[in-house]
Amino acid sequence: MAMSIDVSGLNAYYGKFLAVRDVSITIEPRSVTAFIGPSGCGKSTVLRSLNRMHEVIPGARVEGKVLLDGEDIYGPNIDPVNVRRTIGMVFQRPNPFPTMSIFHNVAAGLRLAGTHRKSELQDVVERSLRGANLWNEVKDRLSKPGGGLSGGQQQRLCIARAIAVQPQVLLMDEPCSALDPISTLAIEDLIDELKSTYTIVIVTHNMQQAARVSDRTAFFNIAGFGEPGELIEYDDTSTIFSRPSNKQTEEYITGRFG
Amino acid sequence: MSALPPIPAHPVTPAQPGLALPAALTGRRLPSWAPPAVTAGAVAVAGLLFAATPLQGRAGFVVVTALLSVGSQTALSFAVEGRRRAVDRMFSAFVYASFAVAAVPLVLILWYTVLRGIGAINLRFLTVSMFRVNPDNPGGGIYHAIVGTLEQAALATLMAAPIGVLAAVYLVEYGRRQPFARAVSFFVDVMTGVPSIVAGLFIYALWILTLGFQKSGFAGSLALFILMLPVVIRATEEMLKLVPAELREAAYALGVPKWRTILRVVLPTALAGIVTGITLGVARIMGETAPLLLLVGTNSRIETNPFASTDAQRLQEALPTFIYEQFRDAVGNPDTPAAQRAWGAALTLIALIMLLTGLARLIARLARVRG
Repeated sequence: MAMSIDVSGLNAYYGKFLAVRDVSITIEPRSVTAFIGPSGCGKSTVLRSLNRMHEVIPGARVEGKVLLDGEDIYGPNIDPVNVRRTIGMVFQRPNPFPTMSIFHNVAAGLRLAGTHRKSELQDVVERSLRGANLWNEVKDRLSKPGGGLSGGQQQRLCIARAIAVQPQVLLMDEPCSALDPISTLAIEDLIDELKSTYTIVIVTHNMQQAARVSDRTAFFNIAGFGEPGELIEYDDTSTIFSRPSNKQTEEYITGRFG
Repeated sequence: MSALPPIPAHPVTPAQPGLALPAALTGRRLPSWAPPAVTAGAVAVAGLLFAATPLQGRAGFVVVTALLSVGSQTALSFAVEGRRRAVDRMFSAFVYASFAVAAVPLVLILWYTVLRGIGAINLRFLTVSMFRVNPDNPGGGIYHAIVGTLEQAALATLMAAPIGVLAAVYLVEYGRRQPFARAVSFFVDVMTGVPSIVAGLFIYALWILTLGFQKSGFAGSLALFILMLPVVIRATEEMLKLVPAELREAAYALGVPKWRTILRVVLPTALAGIVTGITLGVARIMGETAPLLLLVGTNSRIETNPFASTDAQRLQEALPTFIYEQFRDAVGNPDTPAAQRAWGAALTLIALIMLLTGLARLIARLARVRG
């Protein structure tokens, strides 16, 4: 259960402002793809375009095609709710639901979609928390609020919440940028385990992280302030970090700018 | 991208004129007994001043003492501790004084109402009506008014709370930046300032003159509904705006439809604030008098049906109209039975509002963390 994503000619706008221009990229199933690039280069915008979260921002819209196993998620009669059900997302800042317990946070996706059978929910919650390497830390306090966990635990709780609905693809928008090194390591280990089941796309500012966790890396850049972001180079991670074919990529990964 | 120029070495910052390092990290402080001592001195000086000069009056004494105390403390602090601490002490004094000035009327109202009203309240006062009680005689009670107030407020709340919350949901979640929502928002602001008598006259014109209904408790609750609605909308709107967009996005990313996100994530997160807003609205309408005089009238006996309007015998009393009636009958004499009943009813009304506020807080707290 993992799907490929095929993006072609993607333009993303905020109102009249073109934020990302003409991005075409193919994301393999059961792999980790990292988006890297300087701030404002549009990598998060592209990521959010992949599960129709970009349009949640008032005035934001997308042009182009995003094929999920061949089906265009921007096609007519496509329900964004179903797209997001299939392509889950983990955000930069951990955002557990403050009114819900740990158990109900993980079960939220199912409960809010109408599943209420207690035994089924218990199975899913345990499986998801185990999958997120959080079960042993929280199994004795499932009824406590999710906001009481540490930042790293909250982020793993959000990952558990995302995988509880069994998506095909998992999008991660800088999932470790608010976390300490130990929690970051826990999340990276988790990504490594999850990629056998899911297609994972991760945005990161940390090039070492991209080199550690990803199979393929896409480098985005902008020509200057106010210009749209573009995909500069996309290749195997080892190639990007050892023999990049583009001068900009080389300068970015060697720390000349960004 | 061309090669970046080499980073210039940081210029050594020259010593800035006028910003010398302090000679020592410790500074001279006033001893802790100094402020109370200064205040005591100020009281003494003010006492002498009032004895020796034509100044008089208790309020004047308090003001003069306060000014003397703050002034001399600031001066003393300036001499001993320096300018920064003197300014700090002066503004601290202003902040505390402002709080005291704001709190005094509230405390006085409560204290005076308790003082005058507590003597009138007993079990009989709360459980009988004024039926066949001569206003000039002692006895009688406010049961009929409590029933009317509670029923009218409950009916108004039953209408205003759901409509108000849903309207706020529209304004924040659906209508953002649209002209219609802006217009609604503007008129909500205008409605917040509508005088209660105007709301009463509007319902009178609509409900009684145009639609041909009689006066009734329900006609009163319609006016109360109009007064309560903007309070609920405004409070709920502010609370919904405080719910982080990240929570909505988290729910959307799980494949939760928008309406369910609002119902199960946004509203529960804002619940405590919404309940507070509704309680504020209830507190506002429970004390309204003018629309009830127009639309409900008064009655000395118990009428439990707010829709009853067959004749004047079956109208509903309410606490504010009861207080108004009794003060009218007391004709300015605070020792008459009518005046005592009015104070008793006023205290009961305040107690009812406080009780409901406490109850609402409790409910919001209990509902905070739940599945």
